[in-house]
Amino acid sequence: MSEDMKIVEDLTQSEYKWGFVTDIEMDKAPNGLNEEIIRFISAKKNEPEWMTEWRLKAYRTWLKMAEPDWAKINYPKIDFQEISYYAAPVKKPQLNSMDEVDPALLETFEKLGIPLAERQRLAGVAVDAVFDSVSVATTFRETLAKEGIIFCSISEAIRNHPDLIKKYLGSVVPATDNYFAALNSAVFTDGSFVFIPKGVRCPMELSTYFRINAENTGQFERTLIVAEDDSYVSYLEGCTAPMRDSNQLHAAVVELVTLENAEIKYSTVQNWYPGDKEGKGGIYNFVTKRGMCRGKNSKISWTQVETGSAITWKYPSCVLAGENSIGEFYSIAVTNNFQQADTGTKMIHIGKNTRSTIISKGISAGKSNNSYRGLVKIGKKAENARNFSQCDSMLMGDKCGAHTFPYIEVENPSAKVEHEATTSKVGEDQIFYLNSRGIDTEDAVNMIVNGFCKEVFNVLPMEFAVEAQKLLAVSLEGSVG
Amino acid sequence: MSSLTKQQESKKWYLSKIDPFLEHLNSDKNTCVKEFRDLGLEKMNKLDFPTLKDEEWKYTNISPILQHNFEPALLTALQETDEKEVAKHLFKDFDFHKIVFVNGVFNSDLSSLGELPSGVAAGNLRSLIHSHPEIVKEYLNKNSDDDNFFNAMNSACTYDGFALYVPEGKHVEKPFQLLFLNGNSSVKVLSQPRNLLVLGGRSSAKVIASYQGLGSNEYLSNIVTEIYLGEEAVLDFYKVQNESVNAFHINKTQAFQSRGSVFSHYSISFGSKIARNDINSVLKGTNCECNLYGIYLSNEQQHIDNHTFVDHASPNCVSNELYKGILDDESRGVFNGKIMVRKDAQKTNAYQSNKSVLLSGTARIDTKPQLEIYADDVRCTHGATIGQLDETSLFYLRSRGISSEIAKSMLIRAFAFDVIDSVKIPEIREQIHTLIFEHLHREIIKND
Amino acid sequence: MLKIVNLHAEVEGKPILKGINLEINKGEVHAIMGPNGSGKSTLANVLSGNENYQVTEGEIWYEGHNMLDLSPEDRAREGVFLAFQYPVEIPGISNATLLKTAINEIRKHNGMDDISPKDFLAKMREKGQILGMNDLLINRSVNSGFSGGEKKRNEILQLLMLEPKLALLDETDSGLDIDALKIVSTGVNSFRSSENAVLLVTHYQRLLNYIVPDFVHVLSNGKILKSGGKELALKLEDQGYDWINKAELETESV
Repeated sequence: MSEDMKIVEDLTQSEYKWGFVTDIEMDKAPNGLNEEIIRFISAKKNEPEWMTEWRLKAYRTWLKMAEPDWAKINYPKIDFQEISYYAAPVKKPQLNSMDEVDPALLETFEKLGIPLAERQRLAGVAVDAVFDSVSVATTFRETLAKEGIIFCSISEAIRNHPDLIKKYLGSVVPATDNYFAALNSAVFTDGSFVFIPKGVRCPMELSTYFRINAENTGQFERTLIVAEDDSYVSYLEGCTAPMRDSNQLHAAVVELVTLENAEIKYSTVQNWYPGDKEGKGGIYNFVTKRGMCRGKNSKISWTQVETGSAITWKYPSCVLAGENSIGEFYSIAVTNNFQQADTGTKMIHIGKNTRSTIISKGISAGKSNNSYRGLVKIGKKAENARNFSQCDSMLMGDKCGAHTFPYIEVENPSAKVEHEATTSKVGEDQIFYLNSRGIDTEDAVNMIVNGFCKEVFNVLPMEFAVEAQKLLAVSLEGSVG
Repeated sequence: MSSLTKQQESKKWYLSKIDPFLEHLNSDKNTCVKEFRDLGLEKMNKLDFPTLKDEEWKYTNISPILQHNFEPALLTALQETDEKEVAKHLFKDFDFHKIVFVNGVFNSDLSSLGELPSGVAAGNLRSLIHSHPEIVKEYLNKNSDDDNFFNAMNSACTYDGFALYVPEGKHVEKPFQLLFLNGNSSVKVLSQPRNLLVLGGRSSAKVIASYQGLGSNEYLSNIVTEIYLGEEAVLDFYKVQNESVNAFHINKTQAFQSRGSVFSHYSISFGSKIARNDINSVLKGTNCECNLYGIYLSNEQQHIDNHTFVDHASPNCVSNELYKGILDDESRGVFNGKIMVRKDAQKTNAYQSNKSVLLSGTARIDTKPQLEIYADDVRCTHGATIGQLDETSLFYLRSRGISSEIAKSMLIRAFAFDVIDSVKIPEIREQIHTLIFEHLHREIIKND
Repeated sequence: MLKIVNLHAEVEGKPILKGINLEINKGEVHAIMGPNGSGKSTLANVLSGNENYQVTEGEIWYEGHNMLDLSPEDRAREGVFLAFQYPVEIPGISNATLLKTAINEIRKHNGMDDISPKDFLAKMREKGQILGMNDLLINRSVNSGFSGGEKKRNEILQLLMLEPKLALLDETDSGLDIDALKIVSTGVNSFRSSENAVLLVTHYQRLLNYIVPDFVHVLSNGKILKSGGKELALKLEDQGYDWINKAELETESV
């Protein structure tokens, strides 16, 4: 309780505190998108020819696609020729040790609470830090290598582990999947690659921290995690960006693959710059995240706390192909001011005895709109599939909107699908009760909101849960009374 | 590409039928609804038949309907029918005002209206247009929009249908039982009744509208029903759709509720090859109550699509929705329920539940319950479940000596219980039960 | 009436019953006692034909027929009744509908006409009275919203209404307070006759104070380890189940 209150106190006066800009010399591609730019990116990253071709193929697919308009979000048309698709700090040496990293970068990540220097590493968490288009540092690599675990930037993986990349990249989210996935496949610049070999339980949390810094750039990261038979990994992802008046595009693709008895737990705290109180600026966060439970008894669990971005458009999904496989989605999405979020999940049940759980908590404040959009599909062969979904929304103020759009498609009679949703506001009686115990209204609301989100906080890794609670309070600041 | 052409071909066909239709109207041509028909035609020209790409038609493919060119009923030879046929389809054992339509056109010989409270005008739209043009002008299409080509086509062909006007403070005690007999043995007929119900302040009425098939020839029923409820008016509306197996049924019911009104709609769908049922209500005044109940059951290759839209446009209203589906064989069910709570509709209390059971391995259900909420002081809940008959309950019943077939029937009855139980006319309740089991080809459970 | 020979059964591939032998004659009351997980409920479910329990070996003979060939409903029609440990709630079906349908199905099986509504009602009232159940409870949905005690009473009401030859009572005493236990026992005792038999499955001895058994069997780890008269139940109450397990080897050699 006192811990909670301290967090709340911490925050009552703060605004977006990750909004600073790092002054560092950048190597930036000219604005615009064409085959030449794609070759440029590929060349910058010393990619093999097959990868360049892979990108070009995706680009050609993208050209034929139309931007989707079905989500409940509004934004001016994006001019894809006005974006720079590559921006990297100039000094990009082959790092031998963390101490060779540009001090300006180390300082940046330190300021964000992600110390990369050897002696200050976060205990028990290995970090890959991505700054604009490139990975600048990955910690704990040797320790992990001893277990046979590969944790590196995806660029490195393309060069050093081409067989794994060829086998898995695009196997869950093909370039043809959707407009933004195609775009990402053409121009992605970096991201993380994780490979957990058979029988290995990853001894620490793996984490990637994404930072957008440069102006007028898009960040297109690509993450691929493969867990072989009987393996386990917990992966965390965090992100921030400077405060700018113009919107910036972030179009990521994340692919997860679990083989027999493997488990991936993927947690995100998304805190891109949401724009200011008038709705100016902020990140467009258009992301495709999907996991494939390929093996029997495998499990993929998505947990997300979405507080940032001007617009969020993402549906971390699970394809439950393996028998007895399990998919989970736990989400807290908070929108304030003019933020718009259209987020949810897809649970595609293909194999027998597959199970999925969806817990979604949406909180809308200010003039924001917050939608849950989800699909539960039980295929013909998914005998005894089970799904339970609960999508609760909370409204704070009468100028915001909370929406629920669940799609349920069932083609097998042995399925059991349950969906529940409620929408309510913070109860005046609850606030009064807490007031009468000496707690002021803002704190009371924070406590109630935290209680509302408890089921999701409970599944977050510890360090993240504290972080997430703090973020929640900041995001909702000034939304009451 | 070819299906697109089919869409256009069909559109051309129906547009080409408008002039001959109007020619046929004679003295009914230049009445107060002329302008309104013209607007419908305009919309017909603008709109296209819906496709799977339309979000609202995502799960319902209408191309089987476009395989046929249906002929407007007015342009076809009259389908003969008689008292015996009528009696076969009526709900029995209670008093009612009987009104019969054949292919959407009023049949006075088969109808018996009986006595009505003074000032109440009931019967067919064609008569109301002549007797109460001011009512028709004030309410027809005022609260409803032609959302799609089917609705527009109905508007463009406005001619007949059920009409009811209950003046302020009047109560019609006996229910109206409307029987819409559709189908024509010699031609593929298009039946397009336009129903208009206007209830003045503090008035009340009960209506049972049954859509039934004549013969096995294909036909298309394309219905629009408009309902206007004045302040504190109370209407119970039972819609029973039991069209023949080769029929197509497209229905839109649009209700408009003034302050304190209570609208209860029961949708019971058994029949037709493809049915699309849109039930919408706008809760325009404060303190309204809207109850939507539905049962849909399908077998063989039927496709039944239920769309509901409860629009909370004012504060302090309550809505309750309960839809249950029973799907057998290779049939498909669709439920799309939307609750909208507009910006100022504070203190809204909205509840929605959709439950379906799949009785066979090849049946399929697509459910989409939606909440769209723009007011903060609300309580909205929706739930959806899909499953099969409970194994444990089945074993329990069998362990009491009840055959598996009857046990299943009992569980189906139990599943449908809360919807059927909400039917306020007891005589109809049991007859609906019987219809359910007949339709599912299952053993009928005797009532206690 | 009932003869069980070397019965083996499993649930989801896990063997639970490992060779049960038991014979029950007309007019007898048998009690099966045993610790949790010993297979007591499995035995009751196997006898009533629950398809979640697979018989892997052995035979069950009932009135000269091979019972394993019969569906659950045919067993019921032949006079086997299971009072469930966890009676199922079925909202939407009234107790009266359930009972009337069941009675008529059983009558049909025996070549009899449907029971008249008047006789049915009279019988229902009479049996309800024994159990202190009023019409209100009888007309409610099957077990729906009933308390634990009401559910158990409802099971016994069904027993009295259906008048089976062999009654299997699966932990009918669990969750009952002493008053409810007395009422339920009165119901069961009113059912007992020289023409029928009762098999009680219970964890505790206390039920046997009210329904006095002729035979007591101790079930442990899927086998009957010891059989005796009603005094065996008292010994179990006194000393628990441990001494039985210790005596296991000795029993097996017999």
